[in-house]
Amino acid sequence: MTKKGLLFISLFAFMLMLPVAMHGQCKQFAKKICKVGLHPYQHDGNYHAALLIEGEEAELYKTFYSDTDYRIGVCGASNLSDIEFKVVDSNGKVLYDNSLKDFEWKWDFKLESSQQLKIVVRVPVPDAQVEEPSEGCVAIMFGFLD
Amino acid sequence: MNRNFRMTGRSILLLLIFLGLLTDGCNRGAKSAGENSEFEATGTLDPETQEQINTAKRIFYSLPSPLETAMLIKNAGAEYDERLLNPVENTSIYLTAKSRALNLGIYSTDLSYASLFDQTQATLNYIEAAKAMADGLNILDAIDEETMERLENNINNRDVIIDIISETLMNSSSYLKENGLEATAAVVLVGGWMEGLYIATNLVGEDQLEGNKLVERIVDQKLSLDIILNLLKQSSEDEDALAVMDDVKELKSIFDKISIEQGEVTAVEDPETNVTTLRSESSMKITRDVFNELRIRVGKIRSRYIS
Repeated sequence: MTKKGLLFISLFAFMLMLPVAMHGQCKQFAKKICKVGLHPYQHDGNYHAALLIEGEEAELYKTFYSDTDYRIGVCGASNLSDIEFKVVDSNGKVLYDNSLKDFEWKWDFKLESSQQLKIVVRVPVPDAQVEEPSEGCVAIMFGFLD
Repeated sequence: MNRNFRMTGRSILLLLIFLGLLTDGCNRGAKSAGENSEFEATGTLDPETQEQINTAKRIFYSLPSPLETAMLIKNAGAEYDERLLNPVENTSIYLTAKSRALNLGIYSTDLSYASLFDQTQATLNYIEAAKAMADGLNILDAIDEETMERLENNINNRDVIIDIISETLMNSSSYLKENGLEATAAVVLVGGWMEGLYIATNLVGEDQLEGNKLVERIVDQKLSLDIILNLLKQSSEDEDALAVMDDVKELKSIFDKISIEQGEVTAVEDPETNVTTLRSESSMKITRDVFNELRIRVGKIRSRYIS
């Protein structure tokens, strides 16, 4: 095999493995940074994390139960801008918007009646023109008080 | 030269995004990020990159974890009844990926339930059972020897035990999602959810339904049915996920007979604690016949899962 061919295969294998390796880092990030930050709320054990690039959005649907104290944590890797998130009810009413709270990464709440809520998340694009946006791990985690 | 370099960099980025789409651990929906966005636009990306991002929005569906399910049962004032758990001796009969995935969820709920009620021996037994299922699914290091040792050393410290359970759940879930096994991850979650429903419906038994907190929690599961079905739909090419979806649809036909009325939600923040209360009124209606039908159907499905 020619040197060029070998180089191409190596590059292709590297690119193929890169997202897998980055996901491994994503788990470590979620575990070491976000999960720890949920304290004193108990992390529920669910894992919702992905590599997002600037400008990308994600949404998560979950039922939250009455008379339970919850903490939602949405955290992003340090190479990304502060992550924006909103919590929306089933009628589309925005119940929380972290951009009004200085991009606070967590929100503590409880409910009088159980609700299915949607958490919408966006990695903001910096004001300056970005030709090659940054990519990083974003995790959405939940904790409750026992 | 500079322009050529930039083009190559962009091509590599787009290729990475494409590969990321192939291998990442969450699913993407059909919605464009630009469509129905909850956010106002900020910054600017070049159109080519923006188009790549806009191909689809990432969507997660979150079910109550085994730990949350057990917490809900306990906080509803229910009691501990070991007879309702899947006997640990059954671990040896689960030889297929589907039965191992379902019973990883089932044993995880049993483990969480036992630990929240301070049942130390049952906690040790059920973490062994969950480990057997995780090992059978080749989930590396979900529950390793170090975890087992830590659990044994802290068997009387409930906070540490719950933290260990939370970590093992996250290890299993992240391993499956990061290795392209989202269907298995979904089946595990449904197994755990079904076990919670089985325990809860049987703990209610012949007790009065009205004003019963545990019944409220059972009825609340109606709110999660579309989440479960959408989660399984994301893996509709997987026959195990499809089979489990049929079971959930069976339950949906019963949950459809239960009514939940919900009023408008208002968020009120306490400035001292920074905790927000979501104020709303709701009411539910379930008859004894429908409850019994649900309990029996859940029992039949769960019986298939554990045998």
